[in-house]
Amino acid sequence: MTSSGGTPLKQIHLAAHFPGVNNTTVWSDPRSGSHIEFESFRAFAQTAEAALFDFLFLAEGLRLREQNGLIYDLDVVGRPDTFTVLAALAAVTSRLGLAGTVNSTFNEPYEVARQFATLDHLSDGRAAWNVVTSWDAFTGENFRRGGYLPQEERYARARAFLHVARTLFDSWDGTEIAGDRQSGEFLAEPRPGRFRVRDAFFDIEGSFNVPRSPQGRPVIFQAGDSEEGREFAAAEADAIFSRHGTADAGRAFYADVKGRMVKYGRDPDQLKVLPAATFVLGDTDAEARELADVVRHQQVSGQTAIRMLEQLWNRDLSEYDPDGPLPRIDPDLGEHTVARGRASVRMHRDPMATAREWRELAEAKGYSIRELMIQVTGRQTFIGSPLTVAEAIDDLVQSDAADGFILVPHITPGGLGEFAEKVVPLLQEKGVFRTEYTGTTLREHLGLRPLPAFDEGAAA
Amino acid sequence: MTFSQQIHLAVALEGAGWHPAAWREPDAVPAVGLLSADYWLDQVRTAQSGLLDFVTLEDGFPLQSDAASGHDGRTDRVRGRLDAAMVAARVAPLTARIGLVPTVTTTHTEPFHVSKTIATLDYASTGRAGWRAQIGAQAAEFPLFGRRAPAPDPADLFEEAGDHVEAVRRLWDSWEDEAEIRDVATGRFVDREKLHYIDFESRHFNVRGPSITPRPPQGQPPVVALAHAALSYAFAARSADVVLVTPHTPEAVAPILDDLHSAQDTAGRSAQPLLVFGEFVVFLDADPAAAITRKERLDEADGTAYRSDAPIFAGSPDALADQLAQWAHAGLDGFRLRPGTVPRDLDAIVHGLVPALQRRGLFRHAYEAETLRGNLGLSRPANRYAPARAA
Ligand SMILES: Cc1cc2nc3c(=O)[nH]c(=O)nc-3n(C[C@@H](O)[C@H](O)[C@H](O)COP(=O)(O)O)c2cc1C
Repeated sequence: MTSSGGTPLKQIHLAAHFPGVNNTTVWSDPRSGSHIEFESFRAFAQTAEAALFDFLFLAEGLRLREQNGLIYDLDVVGRPDTFTVLAALAAVTSRLGLAGTVNSTFNEPYEVARQFATLDHLSDGRAAWNVVTSWDAFTGENFRRGGYLPQEERYARARAFLHVARTLFDSWDGTEIAGDRQSGEFLAEPRPGRFRVRDAFFDIEGSFNVPRSPQGRPVIFQAGDSEEGREFAAAEADAIFSRHGTADAGRAFYADVKGRMVKYGRDPDQLKVLPAATFVLGDTDAEARELADVVRHQQVSGQTAIRMLEQLWNRDLSEYDPDGPLPRIDPDLGEHTVARGRASVRMHRDPMATAREWRELAEAKGYSIRELMIQVTGRQTFIGSPLTVAEAIDDLVQSDAADGFILVPHITPGGLGEFAEKVVPLLQEKGVFRTEYTGTTLREHLGLRPLPAFDEGAAA
Repeated sequence: MTFSQQIHLAVALEGAGWHPAAWREPDAVPAVGLLSADYWLDQVRTAQSGLLDFVTLEDGFPLQSDAASGHDGRTDRVRGRLDAAMVAARVAPLTARIGLVPTVTTTHTEPFHVSKTIATLDYASTGRAGWRAQIGAQAAEFPLFGRRAPAPDPADLFEEAGDHVEAVRRLWDSWEDEAEIRDVATGRFVDREKLHYIDFESRHFNVRGPSITPRPPQGQPPVVALAHAALSYAFAARSADVVLVTPHTPEAVAPILDDLHSAQDTAGRSAQPLLVFGEFVVFLDADPAAAITRKERLDEADGTAYRSDAPIFAGSPDALADQLAQWAHAGLDGFRLRPGTVPRDLDAIVHGLVPALQRRGLFRHAYEAETLRGNLGLSRPANRYAPARAA
């Protein structure tokens, strides 16, 4: 399929993010189901697979979030274990990729490499690992290492961690198991899986005990946004989960990370940029806009708005009326103490400047605290009729703002259904989305070149 | 025999069977099949068709070896394995009644991760998860993590194991059953009064909690431990719901039970049920001579006579049924059988032994409960944190 200019159309990659522990997820809707029961995961995954999605994605958070020293209770709280859910989903799907977010700070590489290699075997080549580097002492309190890191070391450890994992994945090349019953030769090679790593973070050696998996290793995702995060992605990742889903920010991010790949000798096509995206569909664009406004009000209740404001102000604002004006007092610029266990607070890099912007906006538009929060904390990425949404997605991909999207529905587990039913066929008609799975592994779905049977470089 | 206590039965799944030459049998799965989900699923389904209480799945971090140092240079035995908890999860949605009990070591793992792994297996299996908790004591496994010197004192490893299980159990209780309230009127998804910091501190762990995963369907999935001697009896008495023991004669059962009971007293757990299962490696053929010959043939292929920590039984399913009845009479609640080869000995357990036990009135004719605890006759425990709130 080609566009009028003759250049081939880019094929869109679509993934489904299981609704998460944050205010995007509307649990108060009567259609909202469990976030824990396996049936929800099964239904969600099977919808994604029936719609020929590339993969399903699970986020991770290893400590319940707190605000003002109390467990945060306004959003969905709680989630099951990532590896266990993905292994179980491998039983009820056959093509869908299975991507798990797993932290490199609160785990040991030998164990994580085993788990991902196992997932790749159990799913016949559908595993992906989103390597995240959250490092805080707050989360560390749940682990025996007490294990947290200075912020500036998180990527150094992540790189070292991933290097060990790759060494382990490559420690078997796939030819070791002879399995000759007659001669009694199970192994063709007496010492498979040997490895040794000595660096600033790890001093380990031995024999890895999971033979080479169908994809060679899981597909590697990265989701950090800082300078170091982008460099890490350009050097190591197969795909990026980004938060830049709009045209301008998307194109800038896309060009930035792909531009960094050249110095690592990598082909920019071998790193897929997949922003998170939310959506609201209606029969008409006007209906979708109305619905989107309703959903935003569900996502940001008065109480939630106050809590959001506290995350910038870094102080308790529970005395304020969400339907009233912004506080006159300024944000507390000291160490951030009000909200713990969430990544988003670090997005507010200059709280004074943001507070000033918000005050100006609120005054100009006459917004209450709640209305302001609804405006500034993000409208949905795609709002419109199925056709409008399909065109918007296609435009963003064809104009190199993204290679596809990781869709985050706001209802569990049914929130993907309407998109699957109405938008996917339109993308297929345009010739930009598969009409059947052509490969069996996630690498194949993503258009990533197969790994060499054995990567000598990484094991050296 | 007039005695008709119902016995519990489990099978221990490992490789192509427990005999090191099992993989060479003509009916064994091809070597690479050991890494396929279908192979494990088939075995669990077979065990489920025999109404067994549970399967255990062996595991360990080091590459299998017969040498304590880690590398034995042998190329004639099964090497390489998958993570057992994930295999159990892969099987869970495709089975309905049987308990799934993966081995997860306490030596190199985080209680926080293990607790959510087993809790999530319990969700994925709707109440059929257990945890076979095991120390990792081989010298070769310590350098895989590089955190401490190889092979610390076993007493230390068992103390750590006890603390690990305690932390996991508290994390399972760190959410009360009714913590998720979804109260639209007040905007609260959870009642934070029903979420508990566990603040577990010991020489080995500091874990704050609560878990990120709500209390599993069984409340406390059963913990299973294999024990051979004083240290491991103490660990099992402190930490387990089911203990697997290896007496080699029926007369050896009573002293083990005594040891376990006094260890329970010491641990202050005498009021807790502790089921005691005997272990056997089994080679089963309708013609007992055939079973013995088969074991000899396997030994010959391997070059050594197979030995085990558990007694080895080679004979007919009927004779095994008589033997189990006798040992149950000596005080055992059930048995975990290690099939010498798969599929043959697993099939013989299900199609030979189980009917033989049923004929003797010693084994169920249908699953009686939906959960593993239920089939083991264990009630769902109260949450240790709930009464504190009521008080
Ligand atoms: C879209 C997106 C999703 C993320 N999801 C998670 C997550 O599920 N769990 C987590 O611990 N961190 C998550 N992160 C945070 C990290 O990936 C990253 O490790 C952290 O923000 C620190 O890196 P940075 O400073 O480069 O952003 C996410 C980040 C982005 C942009």
